[in-house]
Amino acid sequence: MSHEIVEKNTGIMALLIVLVVSVGGLVEIVPLFALTETTEPVEGVEKYSALRLEGRDIYVREGCYGCHSQMIRPFRAETERYGHYSVAGEFVYDHPFQWGSKRTGPDLARVGGRYSDDWHEAHLYNPRDVVPESNMPSFPWLFDNKLDGADTAAKMKAMNVVVGATCPKCDLYSDEDLANAQKTVEGKSEAEALIAYLQGLGTALKR
Amino acid sequence: MSTFWSGWIIVLTVGNILACVWLVWWTMKKRKDESASGDVTGHTWDGDLQEYNNPLPRWWLWLFYITLVFGVIYLALYPGLGTFAGITNWTSGGQYEGEMQVAAETYDPIFEKYAAINIEELAKGGEHAEALEMGKRMYLSYCSQCHGSSATGAVGYPNLTDGDWLWGGEPARIKESIVQGRNAVMPPHAGRIEGEKLDNLVAYVQSMSGMSVDTASAEAGKADYTALGCIGCHGVDGTGNTMLGAPNLTDDIWLYGNSAGVIKQTILEGRNGQMPSQQEFLGEDKSHIIAAYIYSLSAK
Repeated sequence: MSHEIVEKNTGIMALLIVLVVSVGGLVEIVPLFALTETTEPVEGVEKYSALRLEGRDIYVREGCYGCHSQMIRPFRAETERYGHYSVAGEFVYDHPFQWGSKRTGPDLARVGGRYSDDWHEAHLYNPRDVVPESNMPSFPWLFDNKLDGADTAAKMKAMNVVVGATCPKCDLYSDEDLANAQKTVEGKSEAEALIAYLQGLGTALKR
Repeated sequence: MSTFWSGWIIVLTVGNILACVWLVWWTMKKRKDESASGDVTGHTWDGDLQEYNNPLPRWWLWLFYITLVFGVIYLALYPGLGTFAGITNWTSGGQYEGEMQVAAETYDPIFEKYAAINIEELAKGGEHAEALEMGKRMYLSYCSQCHGSSATGAVGYPNLTDGDWLWGGEPARIKESIVQGRNAVMPPHAGRIEGEKLDNLVAYVQSMSGMSVDTASAEAGKADYTALGCIGCHGVDGTGNTMLGAPNLTDDIWLYGNSAGVIKQTILEGRNGQMPSQQEFLGEDKSHIIAAYIYSLSAK
């Protein structure tokens, strides 16, 4: 019985398992590395400024992705509410992406410019001040915590590495950007950074 | 997608399906030295662990066949094999366009019908009750985050039901506020007034709306109301200016609050009330119906 050979030789079995398991990835993932749709920014999408990059980290730290998606699907029910559906080229600067998987709150892929900065401030401080029915938690500490910017340049350098490796036409941070990074964010509140991040989301495509 | 990657996907996918078919065929083949079905195979592990030579359960085998057939049919109908578009030419973008077209054919005539009727008429309801119901639905989706689901507003976001309007309550002005958005600027006056003078000015502002305040203090503040330039936007008599979105200070309606502390903050730090433009997102026709709904809330 020839399957006895496989069952009694761990090396051959491991090799065959790797072969079988890798087919899905080779077909569905690897070609994406070479598609222009996934590796080139759509017009109007820009790299994160130092402040927005810090804001993005706060978004991640506070777990916003747990309740908010950033992925508008191509269905009328979604585009009527949120705007143009999301396309791959909008996420070339997102490492890791914040698509999320659950909407306890609304999708935020195109929240940029939808509300005023003042609204975001009031809403982050206590969502019920502006939306009485809201069950979003309050984030008052974002207004007390100030950024020191000590790691900002290092974060930007790291972005240069991942973005540079995955998106040949993307705009990387210059030496000047890195040199000015700390100066531009130092002393700003975390709320300011987060609002700057939110106000830029999805503004490249509108309707 | 380049020819190389298209070929890569096709070769791997088709090859994988064929390999599965071969695997089923190959494992089912009867071999010469094979033990009879139901007998032990002769393999022994750990001294006494034996294996029976039983065929695959039929239900499982059939599922395997069905999966293979499904895969082949799917790849023929839908895009999956590299650049091959599939017999149906289906795309997610195409399906979305189709959905939008059906919606446009269904709803555009309704929006156009109501866009041609003026807002006062629509706001009366009656035969246009449908328009107000549509307006309400859209209001709840697009406007309630700031103005509240009951349209009574929040601190800094105007109540739309009280008949008091920062930018004018005529139907055309309401629609303009929605379509073009509004940007109200109360400049900060920190550094230009402080201490007792500020207290007096606050007292004067409060006195204009009929609040009971120290009369002498309010009287003393009147001069600074003029000197600081408040009259430029809020008017000599404090009734405001709907062209600038400057609130009427003589009524009992306060956008940010009427306590001395809040008024001080307003004067020193300024205010910046923003209504985002809906031109691009909602457009004229939807804004028209929303304006009719909002107008109907206070028009009696």
